[in-house]
Amino acid sequence: MSNLVSRRSALVAGGGLMLAGCDRIAPTRPARKAFLGAESLTYRVNRLITPRNALAPEFSGGDVSPIFRSNGTAHPGSPDYARLLADNFASWRLRIGGLVAKPLAISLDQLKALPQRTQITRHDCVEGWSAIGRWTGPVLGPILQFAGLSSAARFIVFHCHDDFGGTAYYESIDLVDAFHPQTILAWALNGQALPVPNGAPLRLRVERQLGYKQAKYLRAIEAVASLDQIGGGKGGYWEDVADYAWYAGI
Amino acid sequence: MRPSGNWTYRHRWPTRLWHWLNALTIFILLMSGLMIFNAHPHLYWGKYGANFDPSWLGIGPTPQGGGELRVFQAHVPTTGVLGHWKDQHGHIQTRAFPYWATIPGRYSLAGARRWHFLFAWVLILGGTAFFIASLINRHFSRDLKPTRAELSPGHLWQDIKDHARLRFPQGEAAARYNPLQKLAYVGVIFFLIPMMIGTGLAMSPAFNATFPQLLLLFGGRQSARSIHFLCAMGLLAFILVHLIMVLLAGPIREIRSMVTGWFRIREARR
Repeated sequence: MSNLVSRRSALVAGGGLMLAGCDRIAPTRPARKAFLGAESLTYRVNRLITPRNALAPEFSGGDVSPIFRSNGTAHPGSPDYARLLADNFASWRLRIGGLVAKPLAISLDQLKALPQRTQITRHDCVEGWSAIGRWTGPVLGPILQFAGLSSAARFIVFHCHDDFGGTAYYESIDLVDAFHPQTILAWALNGQALPVPNGAPLRLRVERQLGYKQAKYLRAIEAVASLDQIGGGKGGYWEDVADYAWYAGI
Repeated sequence: MRPSGNWTYRHRWPTRLWHWLNALTIFILLMSGLMIFNAHPHLYWGKYGANFDPSWLGIGPTPQGGGELRVFQAHVPTTGVLGHWKDQHGHIQTRAFPYWATIPGRYSLAGARRWHFLFAWVLILGGTAFFIASLINRHFSRDLKPTRAELSPGHLWQDIKDHARLRFPQGEAAARYNPLQKLAYVGVIFFLIPMMIGTGLAMSPAFNATFPQLLLLFGGRQSARSIHFLCAMGLLAFILVHLIMVLLAGPIREIRSMVTGWFRIREARR
């Protein structure tokens, strides 16, 4: 019996040793290189095997989640946002700038007047849960083209009204996802104006990636050649503060 | 080079290499997977599932100040291990799986995902190489494929009785895998590991666009997540039984044969 017990504690100790080893290895330079190499491999292989315009699954009305959970910021606390919300976003403008020929400032009504796409898709949080909702909004690609996207642009950055402890939320995607037919700027969820916890007045839907890429409370879109000078340089709020992967296709 | 005495060459090098690589890989995937589970410790069936939807499994703290595992309507108290446990510093934590079972040891979903997706590649690339090698060196057909006779009910029943009495094959018979052993290895190599990879890919929103049929096969993303968890528990059960069997069958010669390939045959005893 004592033999069995000692074997068991040996197993537990073995597990603990490995765990301590992993925690010690993780911050080292070779481990970092391996982690980033794996992310880059996943990204490249996915781009290689997935047709550019392959669609994320779309669902029927009967598949919609009874309650669409919100996550992250439930209400941006800034006075600016409070003012915009008070007049129902009449004075809100979406600024489009960076590497474009003609920078734009678009009102919500102008966005609603563009050709619209409605899609019932699944929102997958990095935590593991999923919710299905019906999104409506204009497709991003034609808007970027209208603004005269420069050939030097490689990423599209989304700046948001909300912040976490003083750091503004932002996200970024590559041009493949920016020009994907399901990448829309959604102003409606399940046939209603986007509720505040879900990102009113406008949020990004980039359906082949996880929830933290779906930037809420949009205020500006910026075309850039490199992400180095944006925020902490890793391409997004969670990427900067917690080392989440920039490519969130898995 | 054959050592002196009654030895037999039992494991070819691709089998040995993959065994040890996999031992490391599966442990890291299991432990980082438990950390990922900790970020949302509920499981659902179907296409969607979040906090407001009914879950079939949940792990967490109870209002009474303990921890519990809930499976459907069954509540199992797990205070001290799941949902309510003390960390390295003696502080109470209410995450699902405790620090000694997860990678990293401190709560970090982002860190766990880094480990998980790095070693997912090791599993896929190493597994593919092993698969090809085992087809070429006929490991599958010679060593793992049960014969028709071995699968007869009488033969299987005899093997189950032998295992229950901890009576293991002696002599030349110990050099080959017995029927239950073959079925366990076949189950892991041809079912559990492919299921882990399939359900893992089915959870990827990008791969859903690449190959939507996989999602239909598993009945939706949250079903895939549940099956991923259940198959991981199946792998854990296999590892525990496998380790116990190694200890009972003679750990020194078993481990030596998986390192060097050479297995020492003991004389059959009555």
